[in-house]
Amino acid sequence: MIDQFVIPLIKILIVLNATLVAVTYMVLLERKVIAWAQSRLGPMRVGPYGVLQPIADAIKLMIKEDITPVRADKWVFTAAPIIAMVPALIIYAVIPFGPTVNIFGHPVPLYITDINVGLLYVVSVASVGVYGIILAGWSSNSKYPLLASLRASAQLISYEVAVTLTLVSVILMAGSLSMVGIVNAQYNQRVWYAFVQPVAFLIFFIGGLAETNRAPFDLPEAEQELTGGFHTEYSGMRFALFFLAEYANMIVVSSVATTLFLGGWLRPFPNVAALGFLDFVPSWAWFLIKSFMFLYIFIWVRATLPRYRYDQLMRLGWKMLIPLAIANLVVTGIVKVLLH
Amino acid sequence: MAQAIAFYTIAAFILGFAIMVVSTRNTVHSVLFLVMNFLFVAALYVLLGAEFVAVIQILVYAGGIVVLYLFVVMLVNLKRPPEAHQDPHRMTRLGFGMAAAVLLELGAIAGYGSATTATRPPVAATAAIPVSGNTEQVGWLMYTSYLIPFEIASMLLLVAMIGAIVLAKREL
Repeated sequence: MIDQFVIPLIKILIVLNATLVAVTYMVLLERKVIAWAQSRLGPMRVGPYGVLQPIADAIKLMIKEDITPVRADKWVFTAAPIIAMVPALIIYAVIPFGPTVNIFGHPVPLYITDINVGLLYVVSVASVGVYGIILAGWSSNSKYPLLASLRASAQLISYEVAVTLTLVSVILMAGSLSMVGIVNAQYNQRVWYAFVQPVAFLIFFIGGLAETNRAPFDLPEAEQELTGGFHTEYSGMRFALFFLAEYANMIVVSSVATTLFLGGWLRPFPNVAALGFLDFVPSWAWFLIKSFMFLYIFIWVRATLPRYRYDQLMRLGWKMLIPLAIANLVVTGIVKVLLH
Repeated sequence: MAQAIAFYTIAAFILGFAIMVVSTRNTVHSVLFLVMNFLFVAALYVLLGAEFVAVIQILVYAGGIVVLYLFVVMLVNLKRPPEAHQDPHRMTRLGFGMAAAVLLELGAIAGYGSATTATRPPVAATAAIPVSGNTEQVGWLMYTSYLIPFEIASMLLLVAMIGAIVLAKREL
């Protein structure tokens, strides 16, 4: 009874709340890091060094007027932010934050569930998330949001191909679709897949930037051309949901990259006994440190790189990343068979 | 018991959404109901213990093909009123004929199935599969017993792709 219902429920509550807090503080971190990159201070007024800024933002967004355009398709307009947010959250069901640990003498796995199609589940749920963007643009009944949503969905579909192909290389290496199984395979093979699959790692990261609509691929939100993006007509909390969904997706991409390529919860050199002193850092903390590194790079890239032009974006996706991913897959298969 | 309740609930949702797909006037709403329909079909696969098929159902149909449908529906102008049929009754008769044929077929399958399940050995094929796990079993069967259908299907897709490219090239 306790193992079946109570513990999973507690875990779901912790993961959901931690995610939402992390998402709001990601917004602050982004503002701060970009400010530092541009020799500014960033938010400083609310709380010491602006640490209470996300709470002030949340209150502001919740009490703001919520406008639905007269000519909008009301049902779809209301559903679109929810459709954007929910897939980003339910992916956390299969992300392993750590192995099974003992809490008060009770074995508790540090993940919500481990299904044997875990990685496919991540990909398929993420592919449903694109509806939020398309429908937001369409239901607003406004030109710029529609253009932006077409851009965004074309971009997402294009880069999904390359990203999914890199995942196949990882599956070939690990011989498992389960997220826990992939981490265990990295433990047993004594290597993080970032080192044996550097090409896949790079393509996954670039594709991850594009799939979360982040700079330098943030064309769907190019203010100069599109006034604001697919969420131009949204206000108040519904706008906030799109905003939060973007950051939640960033955390998802970081977590999946950590699990697939950086050994998930494993400490560096998990098989070297001499480094055993590193175990004083708990496994879930290693996971969070690695994921945070990715998130920081996301922001760093945004502060550094200018935006791509749309044709450049498509050329990069279709003519470079997809052929490269296919070549990587073929080479992985051949090497795997030769070593077998 | 719980399984039966889950099955009938999911089946009711599938049928309900299918009816919504064909009865709603707005084409974008129709496509959205189709997505919901596909998601509940995936739930049915989960109920049958076929997680792999369920996830592929969401990935390929709900997340891939229907997105393209949505693109087409959004970009093609459907504002003009539907053309009136010359003979509306002709369509009705055709519709009833088709429905009767499908019903007959389903009835035949159901009758044949219930007649043979008693005599058929329970799932003989799985005994021969040397791997465990849903995905592994699907892969094993696809590359052993069903290799030729699998290859034919991939050839068909290749031909369709080449055909699409040829057609698009002529336009350019």
